[in-house]
Amino acid sequence: MNAAGSSEGALRTAAPSPFAYFASATLKAFNTNKTSWIGLVVFLIVVVAAILAPVLAPFDPNDQNILEKLRAPTLEHWLGTDSFGRDTLSRLVFGARISLIIGVVSTLAAMVIGTAIGMLAGWHGGRLDTVTMQAMDVLLAFPSLILGLILVAMLGPSMVNIIIAIALTSIPPFARIARAPTIAVKEREFVDAGRALGYSDTRLLVVHILPNILPEILVMGSLWLANAIRTEASLAFVGLGVKPPTATWGGMIREGFENILDSYWLALVPGVAILFVIFALNLLGDGLRDAIDPKLKGET
Amino acid sequence: MTTFLIRRLAFAWVTLFAVLTLVFVLVRIVPGDPAQLILGDQASREAIDALRQRLGLDLPLSKQYTVFLLGALRGDWGVSMVSGQPVIREVLRVLPWTIELTLVSLVIGILLGVPAGVYAAIHRNRFVDYAVRISSLLGLSFPPFVSAIILLLVFAIALPWFPVISARSGSVMAWYQSITLPAISLGLISAAYVTRVTRSAMLEVLSEDYVRTARAKGVPWNVVIWRHALRNALIPIITVVGLYLGILIGNSVLTEIVFSRPGLGKLLIGALNQRDYPMLQGMMVIYTLIVVLVNLLTDLAYGFVDPRVKLK
Amino acid sequence: MATAAPILAVRNLTTAFRVDDKWTTVVKGISFEIGQRETVAIVGESGSGKSVTALSIMGLLPAANSRATGEILLEGRDLLKLPENQTRHVRGNLISMIFQEPMTSLNPVLTLGFQIAEALIYHRGLVRAQAEAETLRILERVRIPSAASRLHEYPHRLSGGMRQRVMIAMALACKPKLLIADEPTTALDVTIQAEILELIKLLQDEEGMSVAFITHDMGVVAEIADRTVVMLNGNAVEQEPTAELFARPREPYTRALLAAVPRLGSMKGRPAPQRFAIVDPVTGATEIVPDTASTAALTERPVLEVAHLVTRFDIRSGVLSRVSARVHAVEDISFSLHAGETLALVGESGCGKSTTGRSILRLVEPDSGTVLFEGQDVRALDRAGLRRARQRMQMIFQDPFASLNPRKTVGGAIAEPMIVHGLLSRADARDRVSELLRKVGLPPDMASRFPHEFSGGQRQRLCIARALALAPKLLVADEAVSALDVSIKAQVINLMMDLQADMGLAYLFISHDIAVVERVSHRVAVMYLGEIVEIGPRAAIMENPQHPYTKRLMAAVPVPEAGRRRLRRGLSTTEIPSPVHEANYVPAPRLYREIGPGHVVQAFDA
Repeated sequence: MNAAGSSEGALRTAAPSPFAYFASATLKAFNTNKTSWIGLVVFLIVVVAAILAPVLAPFDPNDQNILEKLRAPTLEHWLGTDSFGRDTLSRLVFGARISLIIGVVSTLAAMVIGTAIGMLAGWHGGRLDTVTMQAMDVLLAFPSLILGLILVAMLGPSMVNIIIAIALTSIPPFARIARAPTIAVKEREFVDAGRALGYSDTRLLVVHILPNILPEILVMGSLWLANAIRTEASLAFVGLGVKPPTATWGGMIREGFENILDSYWLALVPGVAILFVIFALNLLGDGLRDAIDPKLKGET
Repeated sequence: MTTFLIRRLAFAWVTLFAVLTLVFVLVRIVPGDPAQLILGDQASREAIDALRQRLGLDLPLSKQYTVFLLGALRGDWGVSMVSGQPVIREVLRVLPWTIELTLVSLVIGILLGVPAGVYAAIHRNRFVDYAVRISSLLGLSFPPFVSAIILLLVFAIALPWFPVISARSGSVMAWYQSITLPAISLGLISAAYVTRVTRSAMLEVLSEDYVRTARAKGVPWNVVIWRHALRNALIPIITVVGLYLGILIGNSVLTEIVFSRPGLGKLLIGALNQRDYPMLQGMMVIYTLIVVLVNLLTDLAYGFVDPRVKLK
Repeated sequence: MATAAPILAVRNLTTAFRVDDKWTTVVKGISFEIGQRETVAIVGESGSGKSVTALSIMGLLPAANSRATGEILLEGRDLLKLPENQTRHVRGNLISMIFQEPMTSLNPVLTLGFQIAEALIYHRGLVRAQAEAETLRILERVRIPSAASRLHEYPHRLSGGMRQRVMIAMALACKPKLLIADEPTTALDVTIQAEILELIKLLQDEEGMSVAFITHDMGVVAEIADRTVVMLNGNAVEQEPTAELFARPREPYTRALLAAVPRLGSMKGRPAPQRFAIVDPVTGATEIVPDTASTAALTERPVLEVAHLVTRFDIRSGVLSRVSARVHAVEDISFSLHAGETLALVGESGCGKSTTGRSILRLVEPDSGTVLFEGQDVRALDRAGLRRARQRMQMIFQDPFASLNPRKTVGGAIAEPMIVHGLLSRADARDRVSELLRKVGLPPDMASRFPHEFSGGQRQRLCIARALALAPKLLVADEAVSALDVSIKAQVINLMMDLQADMGLAYLFISHDIAVVERVSHRVAVMYLGEIVEIGPRAAIMENPQHPYTKRLMAAVPVPEAGRRRLRRGLSTTEIPSPVHEANYVPAPRLYREIGPGHVVQAFDA
């Protein structure tokens, strides 16, 4: 209400280091927004399951058994078997590994590169900024799934190439996200004060600006991880995933879809699994963003 | 306004050239010889050379580039290697299907999303708000092919209300039957996006000083919402809808496959699987044209909503 | 002037807000009345609850997390008991309000005409065409030039002063009984402020309405109010007729407030700048101020010599983004500054005073001219040389919070420049930080805290400590005290004067607040449209201004003395000309005239 009240932004009420701040914001998000907990727990369960896949999976995911093919869920095969008689549950657990590895690595790569591009463009301004950001806008406007499809088709569907393709298509959003707060922070007087105190550009960018924009970047990271997992599944669904017989969720849906009329669960089970993971990550990221974004907090 | 339009048009041209160049480079950075890749390991030297000539790959790069650019702009996109038809004819044949699907989905998304977002924003932190937020978050978590498969399972297989293959023939009823499930499957996801951006845009606008001014004037609350606040919130909404159209076109590829619906998506996947290079190039050109056009329309919409744009 | 039946009677008003499920009371049972045709000022510092009081009267508090109790009687009717659908008929009809920020208070996507007509449509039931005709009449009454052509324009085409006029037009459209003005001139330049105050007074006479005027500025209070309510921490600590309040303040807080307000003209006959006499707001004890000896070393070579400095900004437009025009932010200015001396740069927003400060430190690159600092040409320095030079010339900014990195401890922030420049090791830096904190009047154990744990005044002290870390000779203070509450402002200014005496600092004191400038400066330079129109010793400029702009500026400053309510000035509606010129514009050379020792005036058309 008064100047001292809610108009003070997140940067003002912020705690010390970016990670401590991120941690405290996370806790705050969890306290005010119980759904963030659900998101985190579900995601952690999936991560643990993926790590422990060889222990948890009842069968070898690639063991074929033509006699047992297209079985509905039984006590032995909790989630049934596919058209080669492979155990769906085992393939599901191993498939999580592929989704997570591709998702995490490509998101991290895009986060680092995109943030660097955005910060540099925002910091330098002028022509460099205009040209870089217009290039990013063009890429951003181009359907990223189609770009990813074409890249993977051209490079060949291997794990590394899929990571490259997804990372490339996710760079523009990170550049955009990093640029806006860089400009905002740059215009805050402490940066001018720093220049007046004789600090170098690098010092200002790395020591003073980066910590201030990092929480926002990390939040976007969790949301874009969800997007990367979805893109990977989409690529696999149209046959551009990691090559069979490796189990991937998208690939399982693709194979299951061929038998949709009689063994509908083959497509449904991995589909629901993907939905769960993405939903969990979105719940988590959304709660974090609410905790960090000052504009959505406080009523007036 | 005129300057603004000219600048945006110029930017559209720059975009077009940039993406076309990107396409040209993309097709040529493929490891290995495309002709070899297309014909396989067993192909004879003569067959490969003949194909290289047919694709224009024997020309110097600069020449290939000009031929490609001029061709792209003139609508001469080469001949499909699979069907033997001119690429542009194949693309134009299925284009209306994709446009129809995306537009109907977008309309569903806006008609559901804007009111839901506004409603959630003005009931902030009440039960409806939480319900809208959670369901929209769930909506945008859906991979489009999963939502399509679930709709297909329920409304075409379990309940035989709609055909499993959404290719229409003739009547209005057939059109309705073929578009409903694909459009709902994409429209609900779009609605989720539009809801969220509308909600946060409205929340931001509602805390602006001019909304307080409008209330201080004694303007009725619903007029404050729909005229004073939403008009301003439309600016970020337009931005997101413009960007979302790109995502929507990408998503439509997956929906078209699930519903066996003709369209750019099916054509694209076919071309990718068959390594039909001329077709691929042509498709990227058409996607670029769509993107540039959408950008221009978004800019026009800004000019329409925001009087300050005319100044820039 | 108050009559038996007040327009508005506030009784025992208590307003509380809910933050994270805890209720905090912001207004604590205040009572006051506003009579017919009376102007009542509600004055207080930030956090005193004065704006919340206004919003409570208007019924504009968010219903979900606030509650107001007590009675708000408008002509005997309790507004707090009205259902929401009826308070709407009060707002904008019987009570209207104008706000602090004219730049953001108008809807950017609706035409001005429509925004004014709306009140008429909803309260008077006029149709669009009738409302528009009436709107035109109102716009003319608030003296907006060529009103007819403004009807279909959007707010972004208008300056802040013009926007505030539109806000007033909107508020007065339905001839309300009471106008609540919440800091309506705080965001405006002083000459514009004078015009808006004049306009409010004029319209009050014409309409016969009452005014509740919320402000932090005692000068404005003296100028406009019949009666004054002083608020502190949600309580009304004193309410008196304004003349009585200024003559015989009862409460210690009121006395402290009045003592901290600089009065233009109060420095007559004093050669050197003078500290504020701080009155303790609790006990009312007054500090005795000794006459300060001048600290300026005028016989030595100046620390800073600026000659023919020019800084321009390109404006690009059109299809090809050509430079179509330039902002002549700083245009051919020259001055010098001695050790221990304070030179004030005064002027209104956009006059180039901040750009001048930044150009000297090369935070923006000047286009031409020379800046000699300790005899060294700053513009000729390479990066390393500039970094070394910046150790000895420092800057402090308007917003002390924005100038501190929120994620560094204040000790770290103060030590950082010394470590970066390799002046001290980390261990030595700690002692030096303690010393600096003591120097600016803060306990050294605060070094481990973060900026958000400090109040505004303390933060500005921290910024000063950080600037002093490098032992500078020159300090550029860019509106360094403008954002602070009056009592805090006085303390920080005293600190700056003490430091000057102690360390022989040269201050370039950039400010729009002429009363503060009179108090702190040895010399004054008046800037207008990027140029210095008049420069000279403080006494000469204040007591014998020559340039018409200087005169206009001095006349516009409200003086916090109730006996001195000024005569009507007559309303001018001129817009300030702009410093933006065509790309090929070459400014005409200016002639200067020395009319007294060191008092130089730009030649002007009489």
